[in-house]
Amino acid sequence: MATTLHSALDRLRSTKVWRSIFRRGPASTNRTRSLAVFGNLFLHWLPVKVREKSLRVRASYYMGSITFLLFIVLVVTGVLLMFYYHPAAPNAYHDMKDLRFVVSNGVFLRNVHRLAAHLMVFAVFWHMFHVFYRGGYKPPHEFNWVVGVILLLLTLFLSYTGYLLPWDQLAFWAVTVGTNIISAMPLIGNKIRHVVLGGNIVGENALLRFYVLHVVVLPLIAFLFIAIHFWRVQKDGGLTVRPKDDDGKE
Amino acid sequence: MSETKQPPFTTVHDEGEPGNGVTRRDFLNEVTLGALGIAGLGSVAVTYQYFSPNVLFEPPTSFRVGNPDLYPVQSVTILQEQQVYIVRMPDGFYAVSAICTHLGCVTQWKPDSDQIACPCHGSKFKADGTKIEGPAPRPLPHFAISLTADGELLVDKLQTVKSGEVLKV
Repeated sequence: MATTLHSALDRLRSTKVWRSIFRRGPASTNRTRSLAVFGNLFLHWLPVKVREKSLRVRASYYMGSITFLLFIVLVVTGVLLMFYYHPAAPNAYHDMKDLRFVVSNGVFLRNVHRLAAHLMVFAVFWHMFHVFYRGGYKPPHEFNWVVGVILLLLTLFLSYTGYLLPWDQLAFWAVTVGTNIISAMPLIGNKIRHVVLGGNIVGENALLRFYVLHVVVLPLIAFLFIAIHFWRVQKDGGLTVRPKDDDGKE
Repeated sequence: MSETKQPPFTTVHDEGEPGNGVTRRDFLNEVTLGALGIAGLGSVAVTYQYFSPNVLFEPPTSFRVGNPDLYPVQSVTILQEQQVYIVRMPDGFYAVSAICTHLGCVTQWKPDSDQIACPCHGSKFKADGTKIEGPAPRPLPHFAISLTADGELLVDKLQTVKSGEVLKV
């Protein structure tokens, strides 16, 4: 049984179609393994080699990876929620209620999206504190720290724009208060608030603007900076490891 | 193909003023960068214009609030929709904003304690908008209030007036 499966896989690997997609042959040597990573769009910005000690849970608690995983969860659940949501008043509130009480599994998706968003903010902060206390911002990682700060701001903006979308009292007043903080800025504050809200009050324009920011603009920017963030880790020589953990083992 | 003789770019000088150090490449670079800069500023300006709506579907800022007789003397009445207090004191009428000057919450009139209170962060005001306690930084503004020709009160929220001004009826 096992041998027939093996020979079937071997036959599959020798087909023209397979060889046109995976050009490197079996990953049996370090060279072909490296080439497989270089030649794959989704792997090429990850390091070819990772030191075992940087994979220890204590080295990072995987908080960066968990943040990315939560981001993917948010993209998937968010896209699914978009199929039932109209960014208009008063539909938005009713759609949110429908997702909770009418749509099959809607309450599950909505809650996964909401909880993953809360957890992502938590994971981002844990990741940041961990990098900070490990000295992970020191040369040559300074630029990646800056990219990380941009990603932190993007996470917070994504949370804030998403907060308005249920269009309930909590959302309305949170955004009323938040955008009034903008107008405390001298000279340009009121103008910025007017442009952010698309008016003088939190109304339909504001809902639509926050929606477009939340589902298109901010996620696209976040994707770009996540790619830079990961790629930079590789270019800067992998994760920082505490001297205490650096026992010479590869 | 015949060989064309062309001096290297870096040694081409402006022929009008020989030897002033500005090469044709420098000149073209600066002109191009300048043009791109102007175009960039222009696109920022038109994008800002695009994002500032010209027509708003918001509640009217100027509205009639009915006959003066509707409001008894020594009373504070909130108009929930317009978010304004119509205050009638013995010396006349004035209109006070119901929006807290701290962060924009709608305040409430508390008849028991004779004060306007904000539910969000606890600011308190007198009926004439004077601040009793923070975190609100400013007193509640007064809006222009007038009588129409047919004897109705008219409030204009775009016009703020000094707190001393009252409408005598």
